[in-house]
Amino acid sequence: MNVAVKPADTGSDRANAPEVMLDIRNVSLSFGGVHAIKDVSFNIHKGEIRAIIGPNGAGKTSMLNVINGFYHPQVGEITFKGETRTQMRPYVAATQGIARTFQNVALFRGMSTLDNIMSGRTLKMHKNFFWQMLRFGPAMQEEVEHRERVEEIIDFLEIQHIRRTPVGRLPYGLQKRVELARALAMEPELLLLDEPMAGMNLEEKEDMSRFILDVNDQFGTTIALIEHDMGVVMDLSTRVVVLDHGEKIADGTPAEVSSNQDVIDAYLGVAH
Amino acid sequence: MFYREVGQFKTNYTADSQVFPILQDKVGIIAMLVIAYVIIPMAGNDFFITTVMIPFLVFTLATIGLNILVGYTGQLSLGTGAFMGVGAYSCYKLTTFFPDVNIIILVLLSGFFAAGVGIIFGLPSLRIKGFYLAVTTLAAQFFLEWAFIRIPWLYNYNDSGAIEVPQREGFGVILTGAAAQPVTRYLVVLSIVLVMTWIASNIIRGRIGRSWMMIRDMDIAAELMGVRPLYAKLSAFAVSSFYCGVAGAMFVFFWLGAAEVESFDINHSFLFLFMAIIGGLGSLIGCYMGAAFIWILPIIIRALPEALGLDVNAATVEHINFMMIGGMIIFFLIVEPHGLARLWQIAKEKLRTWPFPYS
Ligand SMILES: Nc1ncnc2c1ncn2[C@@H]1O[C@H](COP(=O)(O)OP(=O)(O)O)[C@@H](O)[C@H]1O
Ligand SMILES: [Mg+2]
Repeated sequence: MNVAVKPADTGSDRANAPEVMLDIRNVSLSFGGVHAIKDVSFNIHKGEIRAIIGPNGAGKTSMLNVINGFYHPQVGEITFKGETRTQMRPYVAATQGIARTFQNVALFRGMSTLDNIMSGRTLKMHKNFFWQMLRFGPAMQEEVEHRERVEEIIDFLEIQHIRRTPVGRLPYGLQKRVELARALAMEPELLLLDEPMAGMNLEEKEDMSRFILDVNDQFGTTIALIEHDMGVVMDLSTRVVVLDHGEKIADGTPAEVSSNQDVIDAYLGVAH
Repeated sequence: MFYREVGQFKTNYTADSQVFPILQDKVGIIAMLVIAYVIIPMAGNDFFITTVMIPFLVFTLATIGLNILVGYTGQLSLGTGAFMGVGAYSCYKLTTFFPDVNIIILVLLSGFFAAGVGIIFGLPSLRIKGFYLAVTTLAAQFFLEWAFIRIPWLYNYNDSGAIEVPQREGFGVILTGAAAQPVTRYLVVLSIVLVMTWIASNIIRGRIGRSWMMIRDMDIAAELMGVRPLYAKLSAFAVSSFYCGVAGAMFVFFWLGAAEVESFDINHSFLFLFMAIIGGLGSLIGCYMGAAFIWILPIIIRALPEALGLDVNAATVEHINFMMIGGMIIFFLIVEPHGLARLWQIAKEKLRTWPFPYS
């Protein structure tokens, strides 16, 4: 079953007219005395895979939390799809088309894989309480409609065999995959992935890399990717922003960034 | 061998999302319905129907109400008894004002009053969680108990301070009061409980039920998927209290016949919490199991010494009951938090593959 919803951007299109989807300007975030992000600016183009890298504690996760409204930066502006905002709730971010996965898997542990992915459809389901009560007519029709979309995602990520399994019982690698499926079920325009390959073996990493590329390619989804593995970052991303101690130390193509002396120092400075 | 889904294929998603996807389960359910609707009314004596079946069903409904809140939405409540009281007193006032209206309609309407009160006392859940929320529901329990005593209007200024169920009809049949037949009352209660169970299962399997479970399992991620905690939590409080309210109204109108504040005290709140825990948090079938276990088993144990010709002190039997239920609660809390329902499910999974589990 083909899942393509939007025509895929081609690389050349992107290079010609990079449309800015998300623009972060001079964002600073601190928790009490801890400055998690210090005056960071960068943007994400529509249709690209933008990597955010940096040593542990650099502020990468905090950055994603700022983007989808969990944290409210003390200073700075964020423009998403042309709309500049001061503050917003994660719920609003969801309605605007931002989805994410978490560094420490945040699945609904008591629910099956299928229900977890169905939960990604929440915002797209509207039938009222009365119909839900009867689970009949429009409500059933809606449920089946969304189930079909969810099954397409299940096929796409090759997790048919664990459809009915409570996610709490799944191995870590599969949990990460279900979390990606759940985010995809939201049909987001911007997908934030927080270390989607952490703790995976080589084969799982390769699968996940393939899925990320396919999502970007087939659905045209813009992706912000936090990843430690430089090999993966080089393979997947169009541009890379490097954070260290909350500051931006480099921004550019993977090749530019990996030859940057500051980046090399930052990475050598921490044990891996 | 016999409990198998082999050869039973689902060709569409509607069929795939049924409550009882396996044929053997459907047969089992039909058999239960026949027993409940035909055999028990015909063969059961008044004692069995009045002392065992009616309270069992009413308690099941209250447990479903509580389970929606605790098991499905993860919001601990110790106010079940009081929410039932709201239903009972509302029904009493409604039937005072509208004596000619079908009492079944009034019983169902009284659920809305309980739902309203439930929403009000559910408001703190938007800010506080877990233990502290339990304490606010405890406050609701005590406040409502106070209201049931201090507002004589609620019990029509009776000297006894109790609400006494008047004779009322529905569909031309006497349904409440001393003249109502136990079998009639049983059939009314059975039908209401079954329909409401069906509705609960529908809600739980749909968008709203999923939003409750999302809040329960990971509220941060839930909000990110577009669940508004306000709506999810308050709708759970409303539906839960509605169920408890209807259960409370039936408790008094179809079983007790008269009630005062003691019928809705904190002990009852705990009773239903125990039923939910033993039956299984987050399981509807578990509510039936938990209610049966806590209500019916002690009745059997009480009858046992006589049946076996043993001379056991009645007080001793009660102690045994207490110890058993206490032991079971501890057992389930530690070993199997999903209760009897989970054990039942494991048994079924084993049966599916028996006798060749690895084939
Ligand atoms: N909720 C929070 N409260 C206090 N400090 C936080 C919080 N979240 C992150 N931090 C701090 O911000 C810094 C950056 O953390 P984080 O964004 O998780 O880094 P990374 O994801 O790059 O490893 C760390 O020093 C961390 O301790
Ligand atoms: Mg991180």
